[in-house]
Amino acid sequence: MLTAILTGFLFSIFLVFAGRFFKGKLSLLASLIPLGLFIYFFQFIGPVSNGEVIMRSYQWIPSFGVDLGFKLDGLSLLFSLLISGIGFLVFFYTSSYLKGHQYLDRFYGYLASFMGAMLGLVLSDNMITLFVFWELTSITSFFLIGFNNTSGASRRSALTALGITGIGGLLLLAGALLLNNISGTYSISEMLSMSEAIGDHEHYLTVVLLIFGAAFTKSAQFPFHFWLPGAMKAPTPVSTYLHSATMVKAGVYLLMRFTPVLGGDNIWNTSLLVVGGITMLYSAVHTIFRTDLKGILAYSTISALGILVFLTGLGTREAFLAAAVFIIVHALYKATLFLVTGIIDHQTHTRDVTRLAGLNKVMLPVGIAGILAAISSAGIPPTIGFVGKELTYEASFHSETLMILLMVAIVLTKIFLLYAGFVAGIKPFIGKLPEEHAQVKSPDFVLWTPPLLLAILGLVFGVAPFIIDTPIIKPVVEAMGADASEIHLALWHGFNTVFILSLITIGIGTALYFIIKPSEKLEAAAGRFEFISPESLYERFNRIFIDVSNFWTDFFQNGYLRNYISIIILFLVVLVGYILIGSTNFVIDYHSLSRITVYEITATLILIAGIFYTVFTQSRLAAVVAMGVVGLAICLIFVFYSAPDLAMTQFSIDTLTVILFVLVLYKLPKYLKLSDYKTRLRDGILSAVFGLLVATLALQVIAEPVNKEIGEYYAQNAYLEAHGKNVVNVILVDFRGVDTLIEISVLSIAAVGVFGLMKLRLKMADRKRYQDSQK
Amino acid sequence: MRTTIILKTASNYLLPVLLLFSVFILLRGHYLPGGGFVGGLVAAIAFILHSFANGLKKTKELLMMHPGYLIPTGLAISFLSGLVPVALFDLPFMTGLWSHDPVAILGNIGSALFFDIGVYLVVVGVTLTIIFTISESA
Repeated sequence: MLTAILTGFLFSIFLVFAGRFFKGKLSLLASLIPLGLFIYFFQFIGPVSNGEVIMRSYQWIPSFGVDLGFKLDGLSLLFSLLISGIGFLVFFYTSSYLKGHQYLDRFYGYLASFMGAMLGLVLSDNMITLFVFWELTSITSFFLIGFNNTSGASRRSALTALGITGIGGLLLLAGALLLNNISGTYSISEMLSMSEAIGDHEHYLTVVLLIFGAAFTKSAQFPFHFWLPGAMKAPTPVSTYLHSATMVKAGVYLLMRFTPVLGGDNIWNTSLLVVGGITMLYSAVHTIFRTDLKGILAYSTISALGILVFLTGLGTREAFLAAAVFIIVHALYKATLFLVTGIIDHQTHTRDVTRLAGLNKVMLPVGIAGILAAISSAGIPPTIGFVGKELTYEASFHSETLMILLMVAIVLTKIFLLYAGFVAGIKPFIGKLPEEHAQVKSPDFVLWTPPLLLAILGLVFGVAPFIIDTPIIKPVVEAMGADASEIHLALWHGFNTVFILSLITIGIGTALYFIIKPSEKLEAAAGRFEFISPESLYERFNRIFIDVSNFWTDFFQNGYLRNYISIIILFLVVLVGYILIGSTNFVIDYHSLSRITVYEITATLILIAGIFYTVFTQSRLAAVVAMGVVGLAICLIFVFYSAPDLAMTQFSIDTLTVILFVLVLYKLPKYLKLSDYKTRLRDGILSAVFGLLVATLALQVIAEPVNKEIGEYYAQNAYLEAHGKNVVNVILVDFRGVDTLIEISVLSIAAVGVFGLMKLRLKMADRKRYQDSQK
Repeated sequence: MRTTIILKTASNYLLPVLLLFSVFILLRGHYLPGGGFVGGLVAAIAFILHSFANGLKKTKELLMMHPGYLIPTGLAISFLSGLVPVALFDLPFMTGLWSHDPVAILGNIGSALFFDIGVYLVVVGVTLTIIFTISESA
């Protein structure tokens, strides 16, 4: 299973080296990867539908309870099949859609990594692994959304998507840590058995809010929905893949996965109902204000995600069943519609729905796919969409509380979604073909097969829903913690209230389609309220954030080393001084202090003399040398207090520091401007206070009882465990060797930084000289 | 930079002596004061002294390569010394490995020694890179 997840990543690494082979005619071969994965997951249908749960675990960081734990149950299987299956079609379609694109190999690389991350996400049983894959999907989708990286709008929307979903990822991490705190495990399967203990815990609410935060940002729930329409700047295959079947469903997946752990509670259900309800209605209504096909699809996708959240919130067996079916329904028709839109865009170079009509005369197979998908999205029999809608209505109808309100919300949503589906899937294909599109060429079969296949699947599942009920749907409902023994999907549910509601939906929706024509006027009408939309609020917040950061940076990072040091010291003085004065009583036990020797007095006198000379000398060079004297005096004190290692190092460092200063200052003129009296006074007071503070601290440390445990441990074990007699060195290279490793890495970075800075400046000087010579 | 003949002559003899001394400090580190960090600093000082006496160009010729190359080399040695127990013995990263029999002069040889050699190289590389770069552009 690990191999299956890693395949995508390995393939994209492979593409780094062998990318150019996949740019040309061989690009179709790339689609073999997701196809292989699809076949791999397909063979699990049998065992999983028999109630088997396949677990695989690989050790990663056992000491933290973090392992690469994977679990294949009904829920993960459904998502894995969608990810690899639709992935295959998208890979296939892309090879023609982006034919001859300069960066086609890169695109496949991003797409493959994204697929790997997505598979990892839905298969992870360990929350930390889940988090890692969650973030990977955000990062890879960033590259996919911003694929047209020469367009500013594209880059901006990629950044918005990354920002919003990235915040969600952090919330997920926080939720994982808190859950681990409560349950003592990162494994989701183990949390299942502790669901009651988690529910009663005082931090239950926080956990739920964190998980909600993660799910709502990823699944574009109100008010975080705005990144999704923005993400439509991506090439259409990306929109198809990310926004129909995979990434945006990750949030829904998370909610479904955690329903048995956190669900059942009133808070959980009500919030999901409210948020899902607002989202589905808000964005369904929004679709009538759009003229861009992809914009319409984006909002109808958000609405569909809202429905899924809503159904999860209902929390009944019927609702879970409806959600499971609706995931398939939506993936099939939405992917089709996106692919169809992509073809229209590719062939006619417009996505403006007001300018599209009668295209079935030039691209019949695409038209069939579009119309079938629209019918499925409208929930008209005999498509799977109808089954899904009936189940959704039934689930809401049987709700115990607020049934009327829920019914109104869901029916209204469905009416608008029907409208959106018709506009996107039917309108471009019927009517009179406009003059401007008369010369449009028919797309090749690589483009039209995937949508047609998906659309036909939607019809097949509708006519024969038993194909998917036991093998796929039942295990999903089971994985969500509900009894699934009596599940049989059927096209015909009998003539009842729900059926009448269906008829009403179809009637009003179709009427709406004929009454409202998408137009720029409507789009402009919606634009008037743009200033209070969450998107503009987010952008305004971003601008303020950047302004404050600029101010902050200008204030603290002003480029003057002396100011940095002053600020650091001032901060330390205030903070430590506050604690010291507030919490300690100054008792100095003079008896515990050792006698002061002549050597120490001498060294200290040299030190003080050095300091005064440094401060009052008129020459830079002399000041540097005097600083060296101060350093050496400190070395002496180290020697007196038996720290030879420290003394040696300090000695060498001091020598080098003086050399460095001399090198830098050698060419500078003598003091041009001495700091004035006031600055000196200020600096003098600051350093005197700091010195006083450190002295007090030192005295205070002596007064406190010392915890010698650590020091003794090192001293005792240095020879036994690490075969060394020099404890300091043993700590450096053995006990805390990793610290040292990181320190030398930091040193290296510093060296590279100095090298880069100085050499870059030299180069610029060269260029300037060159330019001057040209004049 | 104008230098006296005394410094020039002395530095020619001091360089090997100081380098030897730096290696001595490096090797004794495990038992007595010393270690890779100080050793590296002393070695760097040796080269800098040489460059003061004979000019930067001469020192660079003597080194034959840019000191910057020592940085990745040292980092790699340190890192690999930590990785060996993982790769060969399935122990956690940076577990100390030790030879059973002491070697003459050095005493027991262990992975920590190689780690320290890496530190030594990094310190020499970093110090020389910084100082050479700055003195070139000053």
